[in-house]
Amino acid sequence: MHNVPILSIICYLPLVGALLIAFGMKSSQGALIRKVATGFVFVDFLLSLPLWFLFDRNGELFQFRESAPWIQSLGVRYEFGIDGIALLLVLLTTLLGVLAFLSSWTAVHDREKEYYIFLLLLQTGMLGVFMALDFFLFYVFWEVMLVPMYFLIGIWGGPRRLYAAIKFFLYTLVGSVLMLLGILALYFYNSSGLFGWKGLGNPASFSIPQFHQIGASIPPDLQFWIFLAFFVGFAIKVPMFPFHTWLPDAHVEAPTAGSVILAGVLLKMGTYGFVRFSLPILPHATLKALPWVAGLSLIGIIYGALVAMAQKDMKKLVAYSSVSHLGFVMLGMFALNGPGLNGSVLQMINHGLSTGALFLLVGVIYERRHTRAIADYGGISQVMPLYATVFLIITMSSIGLPTLNGFIGEFTILVGAFNRVWWWGVIAALGIVLGAAYMLWMYQRVFFGPLTNPDNRGLKDLNRREILYLAPLIILCFWIGLYPKPFLAVLEKPVNYVVAKVDPTYATAVAAAPIVPAATATPAAAAAGE
Amino acid sequence: MPNLQEYLLLAPEILLATAGLLLLVFGAVGRGMGNRDSALVTVVSLVLTGGVLLRVHAVLNTPRLLILGGSFVLDGFSFFMKLLVLVATALTVLLSVRFLEEGNYRASEYYALLLLAASGMLFMASGYTLLTIWISLETMALASYVLAGYFKRERRSNEAALKYFILGAMSSGVLLYGISLLYGAAGTVQLSELSEALRGAQGNPLVPLGWLLLLAGLLFKVAAVPFHVWTPDVYVGAPTPVTAWLAVASKAASFAILLRIFYEGLGSLHVEWQTIIAIISVITMVWGNVAALTQDNVKRMLAYSSIAHAGYILIGVLAMSQVGLWSVLFYLLAYTFITLGVFGTVILLERREYAGETCADYAGLARRSPFLAAMMLLFMVALTGIPPTGGFVGKFYLFAAAVQAGWSWVAVIGVLTSAISLYYYFRIVLYMYLRDSDQTTPTPLQAPALVGAIAFCALATLALGIYPGPFIELAKQSLLPMLP
Repeated sequence: MHNVPILSIICYLPLVGALLIAFGMKSSQGALIRKVATGFVFVDFLLSLPLWFLFDRNGELFQFRESAPWIQSLGVRYEFGIDGIALLLVLLTTLLGVLAFLSSWTAVHDREKEYYIFLLLLQTGMLGVFMALDFFLFYVFWEVMLVPMYFLIGIWGGPRRLYAAIKFFLYTLVGSVLMLLGILALYFYNSSGLFGWKGLGNPASFSIPQFHQIGASIPPDLQFWIFLAFFVGFAIKVPMFPFHTWLPDAHVEAPTAGSVILAGVLLKMGTYGFVRFSLPILPHATLKALPWVAGLSLIGIIYGALVAMAQKDMKKLVAYSSVSHLGFVMLGMFALNGPGLNGSVLQMINHGLSTGALFLLVGVIYERRHTRAIADYGGISQVMPLYATVFLIITMSSIGLPTLNGFIGEFTILVGAFNRVWWWGVIAALGIVLGAAYMLWMYQRVFFGPLTNPDNRGLKDLNRREILYLAPLIILCFWIGLYPKPFLAVLEKPVNYVVAKVDPTYATAVAAAPIVPAATATPAAAAAGE
Repeated sequence: MPNLQEYLLLAPEILLATAGLLLLVFGAVGRGMGNRDSALVTVVSLVLTGGVLLRVHAVLNTPRLLILGGSFVLDGFSFFMKLLVLVATALTVLLSVRFLEEGNYRASEYYALLLLAASGMLFMASGYTLLTIWISLETMALASYVLAGYFKRERRSNEAALKYFILGAMSSGVLLYGISLLYGAAGTVQLSELSEALRGAQGNPLVPLGWLLLLAGLLFKVAAVPFHVWTPDVYVGAPTPVTAWLAVASKAASFAILLRIFYEGLGSLHVEWQTIIAIISVITMVWGNVAALTQDNVKRMLAYSSIAHAGYILIGVLAMSQVGLWSVLFYLLAYTFITLGVFGTVILLERREYAGETCADYAGLARRSPFLAAMMLLFMVALTGIPPTGGFVGKFYLFAAAVQAGWSWVAVIGVLTSAISLYYYFRIVLYMYLRDSDQTTPTPLQAPALVGAIAFCALATLALGIYPGPFIELAKQSLLPMLP
């Protein structure tokens, strides 16, 4: 089994589908194209499921490794492999991929061939980002992904799509090119050295595990510059306040499937970047930057929530809620302890599920009424009871009601934040209250009250296809909410690894006297053993 | 008295020049030669020259051989540049065939001039004294002036040729003046002797003046700011295949002599000229990219983009390291394929001699001709420097060289300006994919040679991005002394 390059197959299957559609099918065969495209992502999802079962929770950190020389003269290797964090994100990507494709069946009729080609290419790009264990390879996927996303927003988006598309592209590109310089500095420090800094003399390589090894030895001033370069790239992608301004534009203008993938997966790339690169490779700079990053995260939590409260457009509201939620993810991560990181990674998944679902739900009603203005609705629960129920569940998940996934994530993040600096937790808790306020207020305005608008009388409830693509999300929300242990078990090893890298003193202190909340049941004691 | 064997090593250059002269003669005799015949002869002679070049390179048993009294050098660097020039010229011929037919101009002189200019470039790649280099540069330049004005019935073409000639002649004069000052200070024009002599002439005021003038002349040829003003007008006015060729072959050959002179002849002064080149590089990147933002004419936009790319390449030059040299060579290779591909697509869209030049002409191209739109998309992605294309690996390598050599701030400007360039490159993409036009008739893909050339460039662009190893190895064969 381990000789099969399963990760490569999962990663490139959508690409194969894209090529097949590009060269083998005519634009007029819309129905066939969407079936074939959805078939490809569905098979891809099925192929990714065995990863969950075959992944050895007690085994090596990175599993399913694939390795081959690529550009030998630069030391670039083709290297794939996933740890627990990447495993969850890969599964999230393949799952949300299927749902996004299914949701596009009726939403997109214009230029279907190109649409599905770009969507498939995007899928390959995202999977590659999470699987790559070579920094060069990672960067290739990281950038490749931007082009299809540009087209998805620019061709199938709303009225201001041209502006939103180029804004998205420019913002993220500026971030990633600076990141590239950081990668180069790491590369040269590891090998031949760069001007002013003597290199370590290791063979030239972009290997991420190798960079993890040398992390602690990088001089603080160099760490600072590399951290800054990475920070810009990742923070724009997350997006952290004040780099978030591209997000509402991109979200509002993107088609439903685009929003789902954007919120569900693309935003996680920034946070994934922090946890995979900034924290373990640049521990010194991370500790230095701690107050700043935490401060920005807290501002993001509160600011995102307040702005969300003022929105009149449902999609924009969800978009700003993402700024707030991602603030939580960042805060938990920069608590730099077991619970914080656990919660942070788990909350990445939770946000993908619940916000993905919210965008799907907004898409459902937008398709029927072609408006997303909250004021155009009211009393919808009378004509669409099932829709209202599903929406309520997802709303609860988003605001962190116990028994649903959001609670587990937010609670563990708060525990982590309290452990680091108590008042971080206080401010973040305030963000949760605000989150409940704007979500419930929107819910109330859309679903309750009298059915005043006559256009809303004829609305049809969810159909079978829509139930089909919403059901997995609801099941997962409950699963994580009621029994998060399997997910936390997968995360245990990588989280401890990162904590040990970034803050060894904390890791050993915990080993002596574990401060672990019951809800997470994280034996952080193993941290130092990595 | 050089022996005959040394002249045998000049076989590629001699062959190409002879082919050019013969073409000129046969074109003038009787009814002359047709367009396609001349093109065929040209491509065949380029291919033959390439074969001879490979053979000559194979029989060399030293990495570096100086012949003809130390005025001509054969090494990995000259080999790479010559291959590049030959490939670029051959592709230019493929780009030209239909264009000349539509313009109804005589073809044999055109191809003859192309070959003569190309032979000048081969000499440039191998020239090892300042005078050899200057004379071969003039061989190339004179032929290019005529080529820029080849569409003699077109006003813009005349204007382009005249501007190019006057400014070009001026810059050649400046260049020559710089050479004479250096000769005055060092007493030699041979690069290795020059390098030795300059070590002892630190206080001589002629030396900085000499190399500054020399640099100014060369920067004119590579179209760097502030010596770039000729570029937009010439690029727009010249027949499009000539524009393409100027943008790649002429630029590559000029960079070859820039590298050769500054790395080998003036390497000992690198601390001084590096600062100047860093400043020029930054101004060039910023100005080229910013000016390109507002252009509506595609050829004009590409002119500014080619200025910007000169700035990127200068990043590699200023690193003054082996990695810097390789990165420049690799980038020139990638840039050649990308740019020829772009201009090939532009040519295919030009319905008449100059039509199809504004961005708006690209509206809805994705519907009219998915193939052309996809090609153009690939080239624009590559020019921006996004993977998986040769443009990305090239820029990556250039910036790597700069970071390693301690010029990180130049690299920072480089990456930021290349992010800016996304805006204008993707303006074309925006028109092609995101806008519709009233015109729905599919653009026909006649001209198999042209379409073939575009497809080849696209494949090469992808190959350089996905599997660049062999090409980097080829670039790594060029080792110059003096470099760390």
